[in-house]
Amino acid sequence: MALPRSFKRALWVFHVATGSCNGCDIEIVAALTPRYDVERFGIMLTGTPRHADVLLITGPVTKPMLPRLKRIYEQTPDPKAVIVVGGCGSTSGVFYESYNVVGPIDEVIPVDVYVPGCPSRPEAIIDGVVKAVAKLETLEKSGVGG
Amino acid sequence: MSATLLNAVWQGIIILVGGTFLGMVYKGLDRKLAAQMQGRIGPPLRQPFFDVVKLMVKENIVPDHAVAWLYNLMPLVSLAAVGTLLFYVPLGGFEPLLHGYGDLILVLYLLAVPSIAMVLGGFAAGSPFASVGAQRELVMMMAYEFPLAITLLSLGWYLSAAMPGVHVFSLSVLAANPLWGLVGPLGFIGLLLLFCALMIVTPAELAKIPFDIPEAETEIAGGILAEYSGRNMAMFYLADAIKMVVMGSLTVALFFPYGLSGLLGVAGAWGSVIDVIFYLVKVFVVIFFAVIVVRVAFARLKIGQAVRLFWLPITGISLLGMLLLTLDRIV
Repeated sequence: MALPRSFKRALWVFHVATGSCNGCDIEIVAALTPRYDVERFGIMLTGTPRHADVLLITGPVTKPMLPRLKRIYEQTPDPKAVIVVGGCGSTSGVFYESYNVVGPIDEVIPVDVYVPGCPSRPEAIIDGVVKAVAKLETLEKSGVGG
Repeated sequence: MSATLLNAVWQGIIILVGGTFLGMVYKGLDRKLAAQMQGRIGPPLRQPFFDVVKLMVKENIVPDHAVAWLYNLMPLVSLAAVGTLLFYVPLGGFEPLLHGYGDLILVLYLLAVPSIAMVLGGFAAGSPFASVGAQRELVMMMAYEFPLAITLLSLGWYLSAAMPGVHVFSLSVLAANPLWGLVGPLGFIGLLLLFCALMIVTPAELAKIPFDIPEAETEIAGGILAEYSGRNMAMFYLADAIKMVVMGSLTVALFFPYGLSGLLGVAGAWGSVIDVIFYLVKVFVVIFFAVIVVRVAFARLKIGQAVRLFWLPITGISLLGMLLLTLDRIV
């Protein structure tokens, strides 16, 4: 089943910080402010993964966050997309092979889009959300997705 | 008999679809105008429709700890209750479809059903966030139901004293006899106070921002709705939209039931069209001042502050209004 057009226009986003320095988190918040106003695209920040279509994840996965991150991913209803915001989440960044870090996010859960930057710019985060939807659609078409 | 029944069924379907559509449009206006007031561009007017279609596509998760049948039943109960309310509240200046079968007291009870459904759904979800939200919703109901009941009942009581022999608690009778023309100066002040009380109860009834304590997203992760997703969530979303129309129509029917067609001297079909448009504007004005402005201007209250607000000042205002209406009748 193809995703309806409305899906793209009403993405609800849940924000998970798995041990980031708060830089990327503040840039995510900046995307909600009047200057960038993501609500004009229907993108809304939700308070619970149950309402979310997109998970915005920041930071390298620390050991205590590992089971929680998996749980949050499983709690999110399908179809869903995962976006990693920032260099730490994409590659572990400056925390590479640190003693208290499991690794980048794609070692724990499947990731659809990487948004690089330290921190990522709000424009890049909005672009990442839009790209995640495109990715969901191609997955649906090839019959892999969900 | 069967022809009138068929007619009623058709009207019922039109009212349900129209009421839902209207609720979604008002919800879209709510989000757009709130965004504009905050200096943002805001979502398009069609945004609530996108949201509902998307929620219908999403997976409908029932948590492991949930009481599944209760958890799945409650969104339906909530939607059914507000759907029934649409049949009892005068919409568009017309008499309600089920006038003569129920009155203001029934409306008062039906208004409580969606909240109770959300409470039960929240407890059935088996999540601590939802439980905390459900408890808060119960406390909120205890807080705002009293001034709401006083307001509605004083209006009915005044009409019963002014016009003995009519079925005063019927909403269509109340809408046909606006009290502003019947009362003296004391009663006029009383009516104003009751109107203020109803306007402050409206956002609490709709769980909008200063009183969205049971659904607080930032502190209890969506509260009552924390575990709901997909189709169930869409039903609560629709129920919320329809309840906005119901509360607006109720305020309009009780306090501003006037039409423009008589004033402009237009009769017949065009008169009804003008009245319906005027009604839509009136409901919008009520929602604008009771919900949209308030939700942009204020931050969320704590549960204790909200209860204190409703039990002391708002109950005081509505009791004073009732007292003034009584004095107006006696003196």
